[in-house]
Amino acid sequence: MTETLIDKLDYRATFDCVQCGYCLPVCPTYLAFKKEKHSPRGRINLVKMAAEEKISIEDMREGIDLCLGCRACETICPTNVRYGDILMSAVEVLEENKSTGVIEKGIRTSAFGIALKHKKVLRLINRGLYAYQLSGVQGLVNKKNLLKPVDKFNQLNKAMPDVVLSRRISRSVNPFRNKEMSVGFFQGCIMESFFAHINSLAMKIMKKNGIQVTNIPTQTCCGALQHHAGEADRTLELAMKNIEAYEKYDFDYIVNTIGGCGATLKEYDKLFVPGTNWHDRARAFTDKVRDISQIMAMIEFDFSNEVNRRAVYQPSCHLENVQKVFSEPLDIIRKIPGLDYVEMNEKSLCCGSAGVYNILHFDESMQILDMKMNNVKQTRPDLIITSNPGCHIQMKLGVEREGLSREIEVRHIVEVVAEACGVMEG
Amino acid sequence: MNNNAMEKLKNFMGDRLLTEIDERVSYGYDGSFGQYLPDCVVQVLSTEEVQQTVCIANEYEIPLYARGASTSLSGGPLPVHGGIVLDFSQWHSKLEIYPEDLIIKASPGVITGDIHKLAESYNLMYPPDPSSSSICTIGGNLAENAGGPRGVKYGVTKDYVIGLEIVTADGKVLKTGGNTVKNVTGYDLTKLIIGSEGTLAIITEATLRLIPKPLDTRTAMIIFDDLYTAGQSISKILTSGVRPSKMEILDRNAINKVVDYAGLDLPREAAAILLVEVDGDPDVLSKELDIVQEALKKIGVDDIQIASDKEEEARLWQVRKLVSPAIVTSGYTKISEDATVPLSKIPDMFRKIDEIKRKYNLNIVVFGHAGDGNLHPTINTNMRDSDEVGRVEDAVEEIFKYAIELGGTLSGEHGIGTMKKAFLANEISDDGVLFQKAIKKALDPKNILNPGKIFPEPGEKRLVLQND
Ligand SMILES: Cc1cc2nc3c(=O)[nH]c(=O)nc-3n(C[C@H](O)[C@H](O)[C@H](O)COP(=O)(O)OP(=O)(O)OC[C@H]3O[C@@H](n4cnc5c(N)ncnc54)[C@H](O)[C@@H]3O)c2cc1C
Ligand code: SF4
Ligand code: SF4
Repeated sequence: MTETLIDKLDYRATFDCVQCGYCLPVCPTYLAFKKEKHSPRGRINLVKMAAEEKISIEDMREGIDLCLGCRACETICPTNVRYGDILMSAVEVLEENKSTGVIEKGIRTSAFGIALKHKKVLRLINRGLYAYQLSGVQGLVNKKNLLKPVDKFNQLNKAMPDVVLSRRISRSVNPFRNKEMSVGFFQGCIMESFFAHINSLAMKIMKKNGIQVTNIPTQTCCGALQHHAGEADRTLELAMKNIEAYEKYDFDYIVNTIGGCGATLKEYDKLFVPGTNWHDRARAFTDKVRDISQIMAMIEFDFSNEVNRRAVYQPSCHLENVQKVFSEPLDIIRKIPGLDYVEMNEKSLCCGSAGVYNILHFDESMQILDMKMNNVKQTRPDLIITSNPGCHIQMKLGVEREGLSREIEVRHIVEVVAEACGVMEG
Repeated sequence: MNNNAMEKLKNFMGDRLLTEIDERVSYGYDGSFGQYLPDCVVQVLSTEEVQQTVCIANEYEIPLYARGASTSLSGGPLPVHGGIVLDFSQWHSKLEIYPEDLIIKASPGVITGDIHKLAESYNLMYPPDPSSSSICTIGGNLAENAGGPRGVKYGVTKDYVIGLEIVTADGKVLKTGGNTVKNVTGYDLTKLIIGSEGTLAIITEATLRLIPKPLDTRTAMIIFDDLYTAGQSISKILTSGVRPSKMEILDRNAINKVVDYAGLDLPREAAAILLVEVDGDPDVLSKELDIVQEALKKIGVDDIQIASDKEEEARLWQVRKLVSPAIVTSGYTKISEDATVPLSKIPDMFRKIDEIKRKYNLNIVVFGHAGDGNLHPTINTNMRDSDEVGRVEDAVEEIFKYAIELGGTLSGEHGIGTMKKAFLANEISDDGVLFQKAIKKALDPKNILNPGKIFPEPGEKRLVLQND
């Protein structure tokens, strides 16, 4: 048993942690819950202790479960601890060891398993998120303290309207390059069901600026949610499909508008054993993955409209901490005419959305969101710019909870750029 | 732990008393080595809570370990004999500045970096700047008498504390010092408590002294072909009439690591790099740098780069900042030492460490605060390889002993804790140890405050990095 647990958990990586604590002030869950076991340093130690069988597997569950996976700890860490790998190993071990709670299981089997893989609309999760956006929010929040978890979930369920199916991707794409820059678009499943218009705006912006954009029909879900839920086999399956799909084309970049999915794409190589053919292919794939902001930063925009707003930017954690895209979105935002950009305190702190965290751990997620909203309010913006659908919905929920939906609008960076350069929907 | 004691703690701490195993292991480590298991953790938020906890510990004779951010590199907060961890990290409610008095008052859990920020917003400065400032607590700084790069000009934590509120081992609340810089009323208890590593009393509030913030800084980088000249230059600069605000040094191994890691354009064959910062009035700074240059020219040193603007200055300091990440190898653990030697002995120390590195076949780099002889030999080792760890233990021991031989000290700023206690008598003699123990015994007769630290237990003669 010892052998296998030490192998299954990323025990080796835990030794990179010198327990300096630099990661504590940037960890949203440590700041919110105020205990060492909710900090990166504490979690790494829990994994180490479990691997050494000084504590049981279950003893690490609470600490690990409440991690947002935002990976701010990796960005700050002076010794480059691979926290994401340690976390994933713990999630997988916990997953194996678990008698899944009813709610979570419901979400996992229906949404992760079936809906995502078959690339239909994510019924439960998506609808849950959608519910936030619509009327469910107020009811849910008002009754928040009265409801038991199951009721909360039902509440979400009830408020769920049917979600429009993702728009069909054209089956006929031009396989030949006809522009200097040719990009393969990756639409992502959540993004496609909720923010289809953001994807279409993104493609239009690129096309308008002379980039060949191809949205290939053979793409599938990135696997982020499965990955975070510790379902390694399914993640691998999806990764191989995508790698195969995109390598057939002559693309300079593989572009997406979703911080979280982009991060998963960017780490496909980690799923394969170095030295193998698949690892090389994954490497070739990840080298091309770009966030839309990186592409937009290459464009010499001819902005025709002023966007007269006072805006803050809420970066996607995975865009920053995994994809390492920090400055490009701000470079663009600062160039938009009329826009008054103000930097909020603790800008890079996670908003608490974190995949399905806000569904699985609603109360904790709201605690983290409240910290974020305090920082937002201090800067008095009338616009919050986001770069990821999860954050987008969470920020909307935050605005709603604060009763500020009249004063503050939430928009994706692509929408703002589209407005500034006169690209319209439809 | 005694059930009654636990009940009593529960009564007034409520859910800030942590007793589950996942909580307890989370307060059983620090930035050094070893994992221990306390019986419980109390997350105190007031002097009264500290006092009540100490009274219970005193009554039932339960060990008590103060803990700030647990960044200690010497084992200071480790609960080596079980008992109660007093967690101060959440108690940061008080942080008040009195700009006209040049004073800050702070709760023990306030992060040092927040003190810096507050002081700077009033154009003032709290000089002690341990590299861990963004995370360590003022309580931990006081207990370890922390220092930092600015120590060469401005001194260390103890030079900026004028008063403390403490809870004694028998649960009394006392004030030491006051609000004035000059104060000679009775023994200087403030200075006694500072650096006592939580073994004499618990600190519940500090009154800190501020100074005006220097207007500007300038930085020079000097590259050396041989260690002897590097050492000579340090003394030369410090006697030139200019007082640098920072003076940091990297050895050849450190330089090479930085080059490998970040591809910086630095000469791999250089014996050492020295970074010198001066601070103050911008008009004076360039004159000061001229004086430094002049002084160095006299001993034939002319490879000096002076940053012309802030960007270049940041680039020069980047060299020093990158050392830490550069020396990390995945799967390996970093062990930082802080033996300190008289300035003139820095080259000897460098040479010795290089010899030790080869003798034990270890991965050691040296960098540190050249201006006060405080070096940080840092070893990267595989903690799962007990043979290698054994060699590390021997090597560190040799470094300690050599530092003392050169007239230096075991620890410049990290403290003795559990890590260096076996060598205490080597430096301060057996009588010195007895004298210090007498103080400990008088103030904490039941030995409940941070037991197992500073003083070696009978038979303890070696450095031990593995505790199981
Ligand atoms: C990356 C890194 C860089 C560092 N750089 C420096 C540096 O440049 N200079 C330097 O001097 N040190 C440095 N250190 C060491 C460490 O940060 C300091 O010793 C710091 O003062 C410890 O503060 P802490 O809050 O983490 O205290 P802890 O580590 O939690 O505790 C340290 C000691 O203080 C005692 N203590 C804590 N709070 C109280 C209290 N309220 N009352 C009584 N006793 C108390 C503890 O019992 C323990 O003995 C560094 C450490 C790291 C990890
Ligand atoms: S994860 Fe990195 S930053 Fe956090 S304690 Fe470990 S080494 Fe330090
Ligand atoms: S991933 Fe985010 S929430 Fe999790 S430990 Fe790191 S910083 Fe904290």
